[in-house]
Order: sequence, then structure tokens, then C-alpha cells
Amino acid sequence: MGPIPPRALCCVALAVLGALACLARLPDGRTPWAALALLAALCAGCEQLSRWRPAGRHAPQGMGAFFPVLLAGAFLLPPSAAALVALPGALLTRVEQRPRRIRRVWRAAQLVVAVWTASRVHGALGGRESVVRAESPYALVPAGAAVLALCAVLTLLDGAVLVAAERVPARTAWRGLFARSLAPLAVHGLAGLMMAVLWRSPYGPAAALLVLLPMYVSWWVFAQYHRERAAHQATIRALVQAVDIKDGYTRGHSERVGRASMMIAREIGMDDERAEVLRFAGILHDVGKLGVPTRLLRKDGPLTPEERRVIELHPEYGHEMVRGIGFLGEARSAILHHHERIDGSGYPYGLVGRQIPEFARVVAVADAFDAMTSTRSYRRARPVAAALAELERCAGRQFDPRMVTALARALGRHGWHPAVTADEARPGVPAQTPGGSRRTESAP
Amino acid sequence: MTGAGWAGARPTLPVHALALVLAAAALAHTLWHGVDQRGAALAFGLLTAVGEFARWSGAGEREPAPLGAAGALAYALLGENAGRATHHDVPQVVAVVAAASLLGCVPHVARGRGPTADHLARRVLTVAFAAVCFQPLYNQGRWQEWTGGGAGYAALVVALLVLTALWDAVLAAAMAHARTRWPFGPLLRDELRGTPGIGSAVCATGAVMALAVAVAGLWALPVFSLPLLLTQLSFRRYAAVRATYRQTIASLARATEIAGYTPAGHARRVAALSRAVGRELGLSEPELTVLEYAALMHDIGQLSLVDPVPAGATAVLAPEDQRRIALLGGAVVRQTGVDADVAVVVERQADPYREQPVSARIVRAVNAYEEKAREAGPGGPLRALEELRLGTARDYQPEVVESLARVLARSGGVARGHLG
Repeated sequence: MGPIPPRALCCVALAVLGALACLARLPDGRTPWAALALLAALCAGCEQLSRWRPAGRHAPQGMGAFFPVLLAGAFLLPPSAAALVALPGALLTRVEQRPRRIRRVWRAAQLVVAVWTASRVHGALGGRESVVRAESPYALVPAGAAVLALCAVLTLLDGAVLVAAERVPARTAWRGLFARSLAPLAVHGLAGLMMAVLWRSPYGPAAALLVLLPMYVSWWVFAQYHRERAAHQATIRALVQAVDIKDGYTRGHSERVGRASMMIAREIGMDDERAEVLRFAGILHDVGKLGVPTRLLRKDGPLTPEERRVIELHPEYGHEMVRGIGFLGEARSAILHHHERIDGSGYPYGLVGRQIPEFARVVAVADAFDAMTSTRSYRRARPVAAALAELERCAGRQFDPRMVTALARALGRHGWHPAVTADEARPGVPAQTPGGSRRTESAP
Repeated sequence: MTGAGWAGARPTLPVHALALVLAAAALAHTLWHGVDQRGAALAFGLLTAVGEFARWSGAGEREPAPLGAAGALAYALLGENAGRATHHDVPQVVAVVAAASLLGCVPHVARGRGPTADHLARRVLTVAFAAVCFQPLYNQGRWQEWTGGGAGYAALVVALLVLTALWDAVLAAAMAHARTRWPFGPLLRDELRGTPGIGSAVCATGAVMALAVAVAGLWALPVFSLPLLLTQLSFRRYAAVRATYRQTIASLARATEIAGYTPAGHARRVAALSRAVGRELGLSEPELTVLEYAALMHDIGQLSLVDPVPAGATAVLAPEDQRRIALLGGAVVRQTGVDADVAVVVERQADPYREQPVSARIVRAVNAYEEKAREAGPGGPLRALEELRLGTARDYQPEVVESLARVLARSGGVARGHLG
């Protein structure tokens, strides 16, 4: 992270000025200080709660556990008082990226301005009376407008700082930002409305607190989900690393086959979900080698027919291992059939042409391509062009010509960047969080 | 031991019968006297039915239909509707909830998804409990009088919901006990421990719905069920990824079998038996999960060996070798990113039992039993147990071995009367 560009500093300074203007009308004697203090404490409390350890280090960031409270404040209090509710919580927020202090100030100013606007819109539509006289569903209208206003201001400011600090083009900065944040904010808005109605009812603020419990449980479960998912991905990675370590010369091979399979899938227009499963098929295609004696896998020199037969059992071993994993779906057939050939001379079943599952035909091409372009103990790597020529020569006999063409086109467009993090790890010491898994997490 | 005698095939029959009689009587009473305040009855009935319809099919979840549960509880505790007092009585609450739940269940039954009788019986009995606590005294005006309305009344609603949650936990544990014959105490503890999760969300939503409808009227219902729907969605995703994770661990465990280091099905059998013994000994659900994963992967260290141990039987090796393989296994497990507790259990599985955590004691004893029983052929289980008993001075904890014997006797793995 270099020095902060002056344009970004300007942006922050403007936001802070705006926030100060929002708070300027506070000391006019009509501020309900008790309610304000309670809400502000709640808001800060929610923020701290999300840092609580059992909820975990793996808690998703930016879930905004405090938004229902902020919105309840906007529905209950005059604009400047509602804006003040956001301040302590925002200043106490944990910020991951540096520079921390300026990000914190920015976040606080942004929230103050947004909440002020939301509260203003809500008040202008007669929201405060509708909360007290809650018998008619009209209360939803000002609340909905307030949520829209909040979302608009937040995304506007978020986009502005992106443009100023990172010089992102304005179009890309704002694209999809509003739509992405509206749905969660709408749910938070409903919870906030619920809080406000109960707060003003004879049952009082204590009843309003009950609303937060389901929200918090939901948030906690979501954090658990992320933790479990990360653990699952680590386990898959461990399976792959176990194969790579055992096989000796194929470090990173599995990850690269996964990537090449994904490139082919995109090229032939597979939808995202199937392409993701195909990536797993590529990554796990050799998992059956765990069942083959290490001595055979690492043997230098020619294999006897008996030894070859043992090694050729690995697709069946692999299928046997993963057949219980439900989410792998079609990938399981790819693991079983990735050594079949189009002309029927492959193994284990000698399937011909379209009898071979589509996934298996993709993985076969990706596997052969990576085997040729990476260095092995017995020969040097071939250049990409030579490998493609060899694939094309064997297309129709060994490989599906459609997949070979797709790979060639994809390589022509994006190139081949074979360095994966598994290459950088020392043998036997697997990298903790290889980049490949990160990509999985951000995939839709 | 309650009810060991009656209805061996359907041990939960009495509970079902009670719920059925209750629901039938309530329906008859309501049909005879007519439905009071149809709008509210219809709205809450609809919410309950929709909640039931949207329930997940995953078995073994604590509360499969949180929205249905919250709607039903809110109706049981509904005092006012938009500021006007309501007059529905206990039979009407039970009748509406029973009818709505049945209706919501129809698609599930039609598609043959999972048992629903237990779930419905629990729902009816729980709601009846809440309604009996609340409605009679409310309709006489006692609650208003005692709490003075306002915040006190809200506290009362919450307190009643907490009581209902406790009753529900007792009911669930009793039914699980009747079905599985696992000890009642740990089952109840598990139920209670699970309550703060989805249970508290259901209770809080039930209370919020009852109070919000009292203030704002029925339009509040659909609006305020949204956050709970969100919770349900997160729970479902969590359950899905947990199931996937378990499958992956199981297939990692199969690697040793396919590589020919251990006999087929060994890891799975050790895991199932370990879980049963752990339950017998009163381990909690998270501890059981750690135990199960550790048992599945207890032999994974053998993957690092150049030459397989004959038949994968580690229990007959010299202690140093056993410990070396255990340490290798722990190292592999640590790489997989599984909970570190699992790695500890795998590492310590070959230590003398006094130095082990309880999960490792279970894995050690069960693994030894599995290997010995398999080798000995017919009559093997008995002889294996005898050998384990002889090893209780140092290797196996006596309590674990006796618990294993009880589990085996119950499942018919060993002929009864072997104790002597």
C-alpha cells in the first residue's frame, strides 16, 4: 500500500465535513438523549459481538450486524440524533486493511451521512407517526424509502472513494454495487422497522431487543457456514497434495489440470455450475494414485506389464474413493474414465466416442496437455505450441477433437500461466492457503 | 426403563397417540363451537402451513421447520390483535396448528420425504403446552392484572416461551430415548445445548410476532417472518456443507483401504462403533463429531509407510511402532485443515489410556476390538472383548471397554450373558 492519493484524502475530508453538518443541529434541546445513548450502545455492542471469538476469525466481513439498530434509530429519532447513533460503533469497528485510522474515519463519516439521509426521508414521508400508529401497513412505505436512500448514499460514497483512491473507471466502480447491497439492507430494514414499532409500543425497548436475536443467530450460522466451507476446501486440497507428494514429479499437476479443464469448459459454453464441478474433476482426477504403491509411481525406467496393470487401476481406485462425495456429481465419472480413448483403446472399460462422458473427454485433454508442458524427471517440458500440435495429431484417435480445438482457442485468447502456488511450496510442506482455493471462494 | 414392554416395534406410540387424541378432541370442539376471529386464525394457520411446507428434508436437524414453529407458538401466545383483545381458547389453538401442520406436510408425505409423525406429534404437544399456560389465564384477564401490561407482559411472553422450549427439549429427548434406547440424560443435555441456536431464534421470533401483531395487526406477520426465513436459509446451507464435509472425510479415510493398508469398511465400522460408545459415555454432539472424524482417519498414518502392516492390524504391533504411525497420522490430519482436536485424538490413539483424552481412549479400544474380532472368526467378538478386558491395566480404560460391551450387547453383536 503506497501513500494515500490526495484525491482520496479530499474525498474523505468532504465526507467528514458532510457528517459534521449532519450532526451540527444536535444541541437544540429536543434530542431524546436516553434513547440515543441506548441505541448507540447497542450498535457498538453488536459490532463488538461480531468480534467475539466463538463466532470466529472466519466470520465474513462487512456483514453489518448493526444495521437493524441503525435503521431502527433512523425510524425513531430525529435525523441528527439518528446519525449520532452510528458514530461510536463505526469508530470502534475493526478494520482489516491499512491505513486503519483513515478507513475508520471514512466509514464513520459515510454511515453518519447515510443514516441522516435515511432518517430525513423517513421523516418527510410521515414515518415517525406511522411507527407510533402502526395499525396500518403504511409504515412500510416510509421505511422502504429510507432503506432505498440509505443504500443509495452508501453505494454512491463507496463508488466515489473507489474512483478517487484506486482510479477505477466510474462505470466499473458503480456497476452492480447498488443491486448487491439492496437485498441485505432491505432485510435489515424490516428488522429495524420491527424494532421501532415495538420500541414505541407499550412493551417498550426491551421487547425491541428480541428482534436482534434471530438476526444474530442467522449471522452466526452464516459465519459457521463459512468456517466449515473453508475446512472442506482445505481437506480437498490435502487430498490433492497427498497425491502430488506421492507421485513425486507431478507437483502442481492436479491444480493445473483443473485450470485447463476450466478453460475448455468456458470455451465450449458450459454453465458456471458444471464448470466448477469440472474443475474439481480436473483437480481430483488422479486421486486413485493414493492406492497405488509409491514404489511403482516413482519407478525410473520401463515398467513391466504387471506393474503397468497395477498403475492402470488408479481410475477405478479413485472412483471408489470419491463415489460417496455427493457434490462431485459428474466429476466422479470423469475420474473413472479419464484414461479412455476415443477409438476405444483406453482403459478401464475401452469405451468408444460419445460413450465416454463429456467431463472425462475434457479432463483427458487437459491431463495430456499439462503432462507434456511440464518438466518431468525423465524429460524436459515441451513448448505450448508443440504440445498443441501433438494433441491435434492425436485428435480423433485418442482425444475428442472438439475439446482439443476448444483448448487451442482458449490458449490463443488467454495464454497459459502454469505457475501455481503449489510450485512455490517446499516439498512436503504444503502451502496453507494456495491461491487456487481463494478463487473457488469467490466463484459464484 | 419406561415402556420397554409395550409396543416394541413403535416405541414412540404413546406420544403419538396422545398427540392424536389431543388434536382430534380440539378439532371436534372447534368445529362444534365455531372458530373465533377467523382472520387471525386463517393468517396464523397459513403461516404455519407455509412454514411446514418450506421445511428442509435433512434428517436429524433440531428444528426442521423454524417458521412453522414460530408461527404456531405466536398463535398460542397471541393476546391482542391490533390493540383489541382476542378470545380464542386452547382447543382452537391446537386445532388450527394441527390442521395447518397436517396441510403443510401433505407434499412431503406425498413425495415420501422422511418421517413426519414424530415431528407433528411434537409440534401439537408443544403448542398445546404453550396455549394451556397462556390462554385460560389471559382470557380471564389475570395476566394483564398481574403484569400490569407493558414491559412486564412482554417479559411474561418471553418467560412462557423459554418454558415451552424446555418442555420441547424434554419431549424430543424422551422420543429419541424411546426410539434408540440411548441414555436419557445425555440426550436431554444435547437437546438443551442445541436450544440456544435455532431454538432461541424460533422463541424470539414467536415472541416478536405475538407482540407485533398485538400492536400492529396481522400485516406484521409476513413482514416479520422474513428474518427467520433468512435464518432458516443459513441453517440449510450450513447443514449442506457439513454433510459434504463429512463425505469428504469418509472418502479420505477410504484411501487407506483402497491402498490395501486396511481391510474394507474398517474405518467406517470403527467410526460407527466409536460414536455409539461415545454416546453411551455421555459425550456431547460436538465431541461426538470430533470422535467420529478421528475414528474415520485413525489409520491414515499408514499411508506414509513404505510397506503395509499385515492386514492393517496396528493393535498387534510393538508400542513404539504404534505410536510412530499415530504421530504420522496426526501430521497428515493436521494438513487437512480439520479441527485440531481431531489431530490430537489421532496422535494420541496409541498412548496408555491414563495419558489419553477420552475420545482417544474410545478410538483405541474400539479399533483394537474391531481388529481382534475380525481375526478370530466365529466367536471372535467374545474373545476380543475378553482380550480387551485383560488389557485394562494399561492400554484400555475399563469404563470404555464395559461401555463397548453394553453397546455390542444392545446391537446384538455379542450374545447376551457373556458378562461373568
